[in-house]
Amino acid sequence: MGKSVFVRIYTSLLVLVGALIVVFIIMNVLPGDPALMMLDPAESTPEMIATMRHQLGLDRPFYVRFAEYFVNLLHGDFGNSMVNSDPVLPKIIKHFPATLALTAMSSAIAVVIGIVLGVLSALHRNKPIDLLARLIGLFGISMPTFWSGILLILIFSVQLGWLPAMGSTGFKSLIMPSLTLGLVGAGFIVRMVRTSMLDVINESFIVTLRSKGLSERVIMYQHALRNALIPAITMIGMIVGEMLAGTVVIETVFSRQGIGRIIADAIMAKDLPVVQGVVFFSAVVYIIVNLLVDLSYSFIDPRVRRAS
Amino acid sequence: MKEAAVSSGGLSLARRRLLRLPHFNISKLSASDLFVYGAAIAVALILLCAIAPQWLAPYSPTAMQADQVLLHPNWSHPLGTDYFGRDVLSVVVYGSRDSLIIGFVSVLVGSLTGGLIGALAGYAGGIIDTILMRIVDVLMTIPGVLLALAIAAALGPSLTNVVLAVAAATVPGYARVMRGQIMSMKARPFITASRSIGATGPVIFWRHVLPNSLSPMFVMAAIGIGSSILTGAGLSFLGLGTIKEIPDWGALLSQGRGYLTVAWWICTFPGLAITVFVLSVNILGDRVRDRLDPKRSRG
Amino acid sequence: MSQLLAIDRLSVDFTTAKGRLRAISDVSLHLEAGETVCLVGESGSGKTITSKSIMRLIDYENGVISGGSIVLDGEELSTMPQSELRALRGRKMAMVFQEPMAAFDPVFTVGSQIIEVILRHKQRNKAGAWEHAVHLLRRVGIPEPEVRMKQYPNELSGGMLQRAMIAMALACGPELLIADEPTTALDVTIQAQILHLLQELKQEFNMAILLVTHDMGIAAEMADRVIVMYAGQVVEQATAVQLFEQPHHPYTRGLLQSITTMDSDRNARLYAIQGSIPNLSELPGGCRFHPRCPFATEQCLAETPPLAEVNGRLSACWHAGRLVQSDSWYSVLSEKTAETSESVVPDKKQHLEVKSIAANRLQLEVDSNTSSDSKINESSASELLFKVEGLSKHYPIRGGLLNRSQSRIRAVDQVSFAIRQGETFGLVGESGSGKSTLGRVLLQLEGATEGSVSFRGQSLSELSGADLRRARRDMQIVFQDPQGSVNPRWSVGEIIGEPLRVHEKALGGKERRARVEELLELVGLNPAWYDRYPHEFSGGQRQRIGIARAIALQPRFILADEAVSALDVSVQAQIVNLMKDLQQRLNLTYLFIAHGLNIVRHISDRIGVMYLGKLVEIAPSEELFRNPAHHYTRGLISSIPQPDPARKREFIAIQGEIPSPAKPPGGCRFHTRCPAATDRCRNEEPAMREVGTDHFTACHYPIG
Repeated sequence: MGKSVFVRIYTSLLVLVGALIVVFIIMNVLPGDPALMMLDPAESTPEMIATMRHQLGLDRPFYVRFAEYFVNLLHGDFGNSMVNSDPVLPKIIKHFPATLALTAMSSAIAVVIGIVLGVLSALHRNKPIDLLARLIGLFGISMPTFWSGILLILIFSVQLGWLPAMGSTGFKSLIMPSLTLGLVGAGFIVRMVRTSMLDVINESFIVTLRSKGLSERVIMYQHALRNALIPAITMIGMIVGEMLAGTVVIETVFSRQGIGRIIADAIMAKDLPVVQGVVFFSAVVYIIVNLLVDLSYSFIDPRVRRAS
Repeated sequence: MKEAAVSSGGLSLARRRLLRLPHFNISKLSASDLFVYGAAIAVALILLCAIAPQWLAPYSPTAMQADQVLLHPNWSHPLGTDYFGRDVLSVVVYGSRDSLIIGFVSVLVGSLTGGLIGALAGYAGGIIDTILMRIVDVLMTIPGVLLALAIAAALGPSLTNVVLAVAAATVPGYARVMRGQIMSMKARPFITASRSIGATGPVIFWRHVLPNSLSPMFVMAAIGIGSSILTGAGLSFLGLGTIKEIPDWGALLSQGRGYLTVAWWICTFPGLAITVFVLSVNILGDRVRDRLDPKRSRG
Repeated sequence: MSQLLAIDRLSVDFTTAKGRLRAISDVSLHLEAGETVCLVGESGSGKTITSKSIMRLIDYENGVISGGSIVLDGEELSTMPQSELRALRGRKMAMVFQEPMAAFDPVFTVGSQIIEVILRHKQRNKAGAWEHAVHLLRRVGIPEPEVRMKQYPNELSGGMLQRAMIAMALACGPELLIADEPTTALDVTIQAQILHLLQELKQEFNMAILLVTHDMGIAAEMADRVIVMYAGQVVEQATAVQLFEQPHHPYTRGLLQSITTMDSDRNARLYAIQGSIPNLSELPGGCRFHPRCPFATEQCLAETPPLAEVNGRLSACWHAGRLVQSDSWYSVLSEKTAETSESVVPDKKQHLEVKSIAANRLQLEVDSNTSSDSKINESSASELLFKVEGLSKHYPIRGGLLNRSQSRIRAVDQVSFAIRQGETFGLVGESGSGKSTLGRVLLQLEGATEGSVSFRGQSLSELSGADLRRARRDMQIVFQDPQGSVNPRWSVGEIIGEPLRVHEKALGGKERRARVEELLELVGLNPAWYDRYPHEFSGGQRQRIGIARAIALQPRFILADEAVSALDVSVQAQIVNLMKDLQQRLNLTYLFIAHGLNIVRHISDRIGVMYLGKLVEIAPSEELFRNPAHHYTRGLISSIPQPDPARKREFIAIQGEIPSPAKPPGGCRFHTRCPAATDRCRNEEPAMREVGTDHFTACHYPIG
């Protein structure tokens, strides 16, 4: 194997620290002062602002603060919210499952619809199913989720009353948000699988398979598909990341309680510890998914598995 | 010009040839050709909205008529009116400008910056390449929306800041593609040929490597316009966009959300405008890609 | 007649973006059971399409049979539905393709792909299929077949994969084996092994072979009968002996004359068929060969000649019977047949001008080099142009946690030799021998790991960047891939003008244009093509552009790195002739790197043979081929298929494959494949020593 699992985890950890630093820099170095956001500008005197800055630790250089944050993090302490002083960790732990469920469900929808339609589209090129798949792909990547979500609410909640328009409990509340988000991922995957399948069909080994007298069914579904899925698998990691990020908008649209909504609020309040905490957990999820993708990749593609 | 000599029929033919329009024959067009023509018309129309909204909007986007609040779409207000009594069609038409500026300018800024970083990394190689690409790797793990959100929030709400935030989120992707392109170009025999002639590094870079590396960037930018518009509209939707008298499409949608149960049209039409525009840009982007990469030309 | 395969007036059309194109027209041929027929022709002749139409694989590539019939053992294939054809493919007829690396599905094991075809045709059960596959792999000469069965295609070498491909084709005992350029992607030593294997298997499996090739040598060696195709038509069909003894079509005659053999006169110009192969979209009327035919008449322009019987063979030429009686048919270099179409011989005055520029420059350089030792260098440079001592180029293989280099690929290892002023030094060896790397290190396109290269007495590795750039005007390269070696966005004028722009900055735009136009003429291109772009040219013409760029600064030295390898035979001869002409006119020294041994022999004065990064033998061209001293050289030479069916060669082709340069064998690196290897060879590395006049070899037991 080219890289051992150990090496992968090691580089992943470095990337994780890097992501924390980047967010820290964005939230600290760019202009804007959390202290001002917490006080009423009209009533606060410069002394009050200075006191607040000191309380929040903002008067120290940012690298000192980062070092301190990082040491605390290693001890499992994610700090307290700057807005209401609540500890960050329990809040994230409480709301993470709802977001994870949404992410997992949307990713599953994206992968299943994406791969099935992508393959059918390539195999029935220029037939109605191809046209349909390509349209779904185009609409998937072109519709803003906050609009398609609202349309679903209009139809299924406002008009038909079948599904709840908001909330984060129960399976029913998951259907519309995950469909909305899943369609975006499906759009990306359909397009990618179609292209990659068409590429494989033009490879010369397909001619060899035909010369052996194999049926088109065997050639397409056993040989071409497995080759075409290799690039698609790499994409799955990216799709899960996109789905996770998409929850920021979706949880707002469907008024769900989740970390997507929490980070959106926190970013706007410049509540750094909360932002950092959520970024940390999202990055961990993203990294784990990509690690799994890497591993399954080397399982599917023997060229990676045995390359030494 | 010989225009005086040709008849009017000949003139249109000459012009057609000048513009390189394929001979237009509806029955011969494939479905995807129809999409491309439709998309081109849609993009042209929306561009016209952005450039000269006064030609297309029936009312002023700021004219509030207290007696005409939340009207259903009707003959005098084809897309209805909102809670201030503004004509939705007019607001959508005027709102196109900021949405489009976010889309196009952020792609321009993002691809130029990313391209520059990627080109530098690819050309310089060694430690510079390693450092730049590690940073890009880290940035790639943070989803673009989140990155844009954080930057936009840190910088504060303004059109420029939204453009910068959206652009910044796309920089790592462009940098990676550009670097890959430069690296593969550097290995091509004609680069070796130029080196063996004795041409200096900068000359080879500017005259050989760079011009031949641009077309994938161009394709990526063409396809990127759509997603930049979506990201920008998303930021507006979350309340990080421009705070202005004339809201852009994302902000319009966000404002209309509160009236969803009583006035579906306020949300629906700005969203439709975004979708139609992004869809059209993507269709054109796909065509551009097919043209520049014959291998991918698969109707 | 026991005809296994009969193709009658077959035409195949392809639908392309430009419309419908007829790829082959009225092709008729037949194969008898157990016979080997070679289908030869250059690129664009339609030979591959013909072979693919038999299996109707063209159906999947927008191809359509628009006329004619294909009958295999009594069954009509041209109209058979695909479902029935599938039952025949792989069982009654099987195919072997050109690129073994691309012809296997990369994500399935080699074994499973062989078993798959056996199970498809229900010849054995699973266990039986496995056993049969192992048996086949062993039969085709694959060591440890049980291990190979479980390996993936990327874990096998090209030669091994081609053997596996043959095993797969034989799995169901086909009566017809179609092999489409089966050895073109392989080294000459492996090619000899594979061809030999095919001959053995043909007897053993009692099958007919349709071998598609561009190599007349292979045809002579393998074929019972030869069918020559040109521009989508069969132009000649004869037994191998008949064809090579007396070709009956001007195209066949041209092909045979333009290839070099071991016996051809090195000092004579190569015969070259003028012009190039026409595009399918712009085929000439009448006889399709008439624009390139030195014997063409009015009739050839007007009417298409039928494939008719002449002197006991078939030829599609109006004048075949008459021509073979005439003297001009046998004269290789009559005035008319000399390559004239593209090459415009520059007039004397212009030629002198070029010379005088070169002389001026030389003067300037001598003036600027006033240091004392430069005088000595000048004098010694008249003898040696390049002096290479102990040159090595190692590439680190990186890996592990910290990306530390763990081992090294010894691409070039301790090589010493010299290139003399005005000579052509040929460099040959299998792929992986390090010959191309050596060339690049010589020109300082890559830094040497060890050793020194001096050019006209000046050590190149010690030169600073600016000095090295200045030195580069004396050393130029012509590359293998004429397409990739020119910037596709530049016009021909800009491409050829680039060196002038770099080194002769004083030159105005007009003067530069004039110089480039001179150069275009010099390499046989029309100066009016100055503003055209590379994609408008054929491969041979692009190579001329590359040559024009290389000679623009009147260099002393040109490295030709596989410069003619990618070209068709008839075009290859044109380029070789051009290079020889230019060498005389401009007093050039060449390093000619190639794997085609015959062409190297023709163009080179001395030849170096490389094996696994080592130079194993250096000798004058004739001497090397007549009396090779190193066992590797001898094996290499005997691996070349000779276009003479009467001379079936004895097989002392080299066994086995070239080892990895990351772990070269100790002692003499060739000992693993050498028939004469002893313990001494395994332990002690032989030094280069003189075995004859100007003849050196690194072997403990040289031949002769």
